Amino acid sequence: MSLKEKLVSSFMAFEDTVDVHSSIHDIRTEAIKTFEVEGFPTKKLEDWKYTSLNSVLKQDYSVFPKNENALEFKDIKKYFIHEIDSYKIIFIDGKYSSHLSQTTHDGLDVCLMSAALTKPKYKVIIDNYFNKIASKDGLSSLNTAFSQEGAYINIPKHKVVDKPIQIIHFSTGNEAAVMLQPRNLIIVNENAHVQIIERHQSLTDNPVLTNSVTEIFTNKRAIVDYYKIQNDKQSASLIDNTYVNQKQESLAKVHTFSFGGKLTRNNLNFYQNGERIDSTMKGITIIGDKQHVDHNTLVHHIEPNCESHQDYKGIFDDNATGVFNGKVVVEKLAQKTNAFQANNNILMSDKASINTKPQLEIFADDVKCSHGCTIGQLDESAMFYLRSRGIPEKEARALLMFAFSNNVMDSVKIPELKNRITSIIAKKLGVNLGFDL
Amino acid sequence: MLKINNLHASIEDKAILKGINLEVKAGEVHAIMGPNGSGKSTLASVIAGKEEYEVTEGNILLEDEDIEELAAEERAHKGVFLSFQYPVEIPGVSVTNFMKTAINETRKAKGLEDMPAKDMLKMIRDKSELLEIDRKFLSRSLNEGFSGGEKKRNEIFQMAMLEPKLAILDETDSGLDIDALRIVANGVNKLKSKDNAVIVITHYQRLLDHIVPDFVHVLYNGKIVKSGGKELAHELEAKGYDWIKEEVNA
Repeated sequence: MSLKEKLVSSFMAFEDTVDVHSSIHDIRTEAIKTFEVEGFPTKKLEDWKYTSLNSVLKQDYSVFPKNENALEFKDIKKYFIHEIDSYKIIFIDGKYSSHLSQTTHDGLDVCLMSAALTKPKYKVIIDNYFNKIASKDGLSSLNTAFSQEGAYINIPKHKVVDKPIQIIHFSTGNEAAVMLQPRNLIIVNENAHVQIIERHQSLTDNPVLTNSVTEIFTNKRAIVDYYKIQNDKQSASLIDNTYVNQKQESLAKVHTFSFGGKLTRNNLNFYQNGERIDSTMKGITIIGDKQHVDHNTLVHHIEPNCESHQDYKGIFDDNATGVFNGKVVVEKLAQKTNAFQANNNILMSDKASINTKPQLEIFADDVKCSHGCTIGQLDESAMFYLRSRGIPEKEARALLMFAFSNNVMDSVKIPELKNRITSIIAKKLGVNLGFDL
Repeated sequence: MLKINNLHASIEDKAILKGINLEVKAGEVHAIMGPNGSGKSTLASVIAGKEEYEVTEGNILLEDEDIEELAAEERAHKGVFLSFQYPVEIPGVSVTNFMKTAINETRKAKGLEDMPAKDMLKMIRDKSELLEIDRKFLSRSLNEGFSGGEKKRNEIFQMAMLEPKLAILDETDSGLDIDALRIVANGVNKLKSKDNAVIVITHYQRLLDHIVPDFVHVLYNGKIVKSGGKELAHELEAKGYDWIKEEVNA
């Protein structure tokens, strides 16, 4: 039985076990029908031309989340940004872990999707926001059909959240292979500010496939700073579907750090519903072996006087493959749009490759849109310069890679997170530079 | 200190150096002059170990050791320093952190512990004063947005920090105004001792008014075609290089 058949046939049984608002049952039922029609994407689709899910889908995944497996904080501490105080929403094998989490309802909601989907007091919010911006494609519909758990964050008007929120999904691998479908809903109301760090971490060598959907609503003048750390095991794959709906004068930034995992696909979509909106997407990808990272971005400029900034850096070694597909749509009404897109790549090996494609669809006539992509090698003159100062080849190469990704690192606003990312990169490159960048 | 015997080097099968002989003793300053394209910068790069160049004949001895098989960093660890004509910009890495890495990697290669932070700071302070470098400058990203003069001053600052045995200054005077030239030359002169040697590569004589050479060599078409004392530099300044070319071609 294919994974698709297995999922479709499991749905009824799964549906019986969940207790959610009746309207959600209808949405889930509708979604599984969509998935049945659409299925998993194949390379025949333009957006999936360079990424094949075949090798990931052939595993026999367990699709029901099992009971919580206990994890001790000390064993997984390193996956937290533990140097700072933070709210934490932690899941183990798809189930909420209360003893690892630190949630709140005191002045803001940092809690669980399962609570939001079941408790009557959240019904209005769920009716207004849930599944309103997620695409109706196969993968997001699949997630919707099985949506039950994840992070639910609601920041009220004018609230500046005092500390970052960390969302971490662990998989322990007690099952042979497991498929996870986390569903996050994040609502940031007028003039509120929040910083969120998200991570998916497998603790096993058993295959894990995560198909995640996150809907983010940034209302008027809200500021959202979202960081995704993707540094998973070689046995883990992630399909991250993130949708950001922005209202006027809001600022949403998503940083994606992709350093590991078998296959990582980021579908990152911004919709600008208001004037003077700023959408920023930045990423650093450093992979090797046979790893694959695909960034598929969309910015939909709907109204005038808005900006978008995209800056993705990629470094590919060994047989690693990368994809960057950046789509920018500027509607006829969206005059005075400023849209910038840059994708710069370094290939460290003859066998590594990157497919990079800007896709601009501009229907307004008074706009500034720029895009540029480069693919190159490390600069030999720069290498010689560093080595002539006594810095060995490996360290010199690492320094140049840091320099190459510097302008993305520069906009990370949480110093401890920045240090952590620097040390993940240093560890990955096998160097100890003796200082924090 | 340095002995170069019949050195031939090429890049992508194009011969650039065609039989260089040069001996530089400790305590000496040598100037290498010559018209554009004569191979001056190539000679500097080959001594420092740039991999793109292939040595096809001859050898380079540093303190009687053949260094041809050594990587650029290993040559640096043995005391070779090259001041670049076009220093590379490294965004996100401060001058201070860059120097820490360079010094500690050199110490590591010699089996030494990292330099204590206190000593490092003192050394940075002393050497930056020598080159009249502002403290703020040291926390800037290496060479990023530096003016031509700042880049060159920073090169000599690095030389001061690394205390090389053999320093090669490749066109260090280019892009310098007269004040920066004086500061750079003054720095080099203060670092000069009986135990180290300096090779100054330059197109013009003006730097040699400040860093006075013991020997002047003229490089033309991949060979040293004339050597002399410091007066040769004045002669070249007055007469240009055409008479040398005519002499060689005759």
